[in-house]
Order: sequence, then structure tokens, then C-alpha cells
Amino acid sequence: MAKIIAGVTTSHVPAIAAAIDLKKQKQDYWAPIFQGYEFSKKWMAELKPDVVILIYNDHASAFDASIFPTFAIGCADEFLPADEGWGRRPVPALKGHSDMACHIAQHMILDEFDMTVVNSMDVDHGLTVPMNLLFGDLTPEEQWPCQVIPFPINVVQYPPPTGKRCYNMGQALRRAVESYPEDLRVVVFGTGGMSHQLQGTRAGLINREWDTRFLNGLTQDPVALTKIPHSEYVRETGSEGIEMVMWLAMRGALNEQVREVYRFYHVPCSNTALGHIILENV
Amino acid sequence: MSEPKLSAYLNEFEDIPGTLIFNTFRSRQGFNLNQFCMSLMKEPNRIAFKADNAEYLKQWNLTDAQRDAVLARDWTGMMKEGGNIYFLSKLFSTDGHSFQHVAAIMTGSTQEEYAKMMLEGGRNPHGNRSKSNPSL
Repeated sequence: MAKIIAGVTTSHVPAIAAAIDLKKQKQDYWAPIFQGYEFSKKWMAELKPDVVILIYNDHASAFDASIFPTFAIGCADEFLPADEGWGRRPVPALKGHSDMACHIAQHMILDEFDMTVVNSMDVDHGLTVPMNLLFGDLTPEEQWPCQVIPFPINVVQYPPPTGKRCYNMGQALRRAVESYPEDLRVVVFGTGGMSHQLQGTRAGLINREWDTRFLNGLTQDPVALTKIPHSEYVRETGSEGIEMVMWLAMRGALNEQVREVYRFYHVPCSNTALGHIILENV
Repeated sequence: MSEPKLSAYLNEFEDIPGTLIFNTFRSRQGFNLNQFCMSLMKEPNRIAFKADNAEYLKQWNLTDAQRDAVLARDWTGMMKEGGNIYFLSKLFSTDGHSFQHVAAIMTGSTQEEYAKMMLEGGRNPHGNRSKSNPSL
């Protein structure tokens, strides 16, 4: 049977994509950010998962203003990096796991989480940046070392799902994965965050204290985090800090007891407080 | 869980300073504007738009306020007319600008001042949490 072995959270700041594509990794501004993922890349290279289920939000790339699916799952065999206004990113196409994704979608719907099945879509920086940060800077001719199931959650149009709903959804995702007959080792990513606001006169808001409490709570008491209302995310961490509900989706897919293997927090990454944590099931 | 109170939910965001929440109502209001932005994900459309902004906009049925805000690159104006920052990002990317460039403009500071604020730890939440209680 398939098994979830670990969870990863990370911010997915688009400026990181630009820094990689323009080869700025060694510049003073960027070096400490990429340094913060050196441990993680080694950890991932040793872990060698078969499949990554990558929870992220589409930033008006695959889905235009005509549709905002709350929970969606990519069931295609392949996903291309989206053209977000400056051409497709020069990273490898992502190989999906169509059979497993179809199994998960059906299992979750019967488990009362009504997934939107996506049979064709491009994936934007929300997915490709976390892949780069954990698997390295690959050229389009290379291949990612594992298959990827994209799992977009709407956090663009309010209301997004509540943190509690995301956490419960993560638990349903786990049940779906664990009922898949093949012996696959799966890592779940929850991406986005941490505090950031990209709009209005309050743009640039950063709340290190709140972010730190959230990072601590992820291991110690995730159920308490599921009670945070949307208004608190926005008030305390900025309008785009709401992305952290996706971290709770990842957390729901892990054991109650987890071990924090690694943590990295850095301000600023463009407009954002960058947060990253690795959790292993105990 | 008790029955959700939608009006109370929406009202809570109204107390947060300098923030527009892109809810379903604003999504309806900004639909054409946001779809125009989406069209800029395709290179031929970017070329046509760059050649003549006003001419390209004619096919998108924008309101006068939306069209004027786009032509003036009035980012706050576009958001007030239902634009969402992730859709608007297609427009400023076409112009060759970054999120930080546009965020600086919306806060009324230069990009240098804004970048310096971020390097110094970002905008402090203190005093920026509530319109009704600025001391929070």
C-alpha cells in the first residue's frame, strides 16, 4: 500500500523563480535564501520519494476568472510550467501519476470531499518553486526525480476553505493515499505563506511573532491552528498570508505525532516572510 | 459548528486598513478586467497590447473606470474596480515589472524606500491591524 512518509511546507515566492531562471542564486540578496534549502535538498535526495503530492494555489494561471475550484487535483500524465507573462519557466515538465491521482480523486469524493478533477492544466510558480527548492535547479532537458500530483486549493477568491476544512481534507487525502494498492512512498507538500501582503497601502506587512507561533503550532498543536479564522490571518499576516491554510492541509495528511526535522525562516524574500519546515511521521 | 454568518465574516475584513478582499462580489465586478489580464499570458496578445493599449482594450468590454485605470497603470484603481493582484500581475509582467515594484507604488513609496523597509524586517503590524482601533 502507498504510504505518506513526510510533509514539507515552504513559501513559493515568484521572485525565487526569477532568481533561479536569471541565475542570481549567488547574489548577496539571494544567497542566504538558497542556503536555507541546502539541508532540505540533501534530505530529499536521501529520502527518494516515489510521488510528491504538491498542495499549492494556482495564481490565475491554469484557472482564469471563469472558475475558482476550491479543492482540485491534477490527474494528467504531464504538466507543463505555465506562461505567467514572461514565457514558460525553463524547468522540466512534471510527470504526473495519473492512476494514483484518479484513485485519490474518487476515494476522496466518496469520503465526502468533492474534488474537482483536472485532466489538463499548466502549473505555475506555486508548484515549480517548491520543486526547485527541494530538488534543485534542473534544466528543461533533465527530469524531476519523482512523479508529482498537483493539488491546487483556491486561496485567491474569498472565501477560501477554512483552515479546519483544509486540515480535515488532508486527513481524507491520507486515507485515499493509504488505500492505493501500490507500495509507493509519498511526500506531501503544503506551500505558500508566510506573512505577506501584496496589495494596498499595507503591502509589505510582516509578522515574525505570529509566523513563529504558527511554525511551532504545526508540530505541537495543529488542531489549535485549525481554529484561526480567516480574518486573523489577514489582520495579522496580510491578505496573502491566508495561503497558510494550505499548510494545514499538508499537516492533516500526517500523523498526530510528528518530528520537526528542519526549519528555516527568512525576511525578506521580495515582499514575503519565507518559511519552510520539514516534518516526519513518528 | 454554528451557522456561518456571511455578513459578519465579510464585515470583519472591512476593519482591516489598506486591504481589499477579493471576494465573490468583487470577482463578478472585475470579471472582464481580470480576463483581459489573463489574455496577456499569450505572446501574440502581449504584442498586440503593447502595440496599442487602447485599441487592444476595446474587445474586453471594460467599464470606463476599468479602462482608464489600466491605461494609467493605476493599480489601486484597478483593484477598486474588481481587479485581483494575481490577474493584474499578468499586466505588470507584460510591462516588465515585479510584484515589489507594484507593491511600492500602491503604498505610495519609491521602490528603493519600499525595498529598504522590507530589508529592515517589513511593515510592522502594530498600528496596522484595525481601522477602528489604530493602537492595536
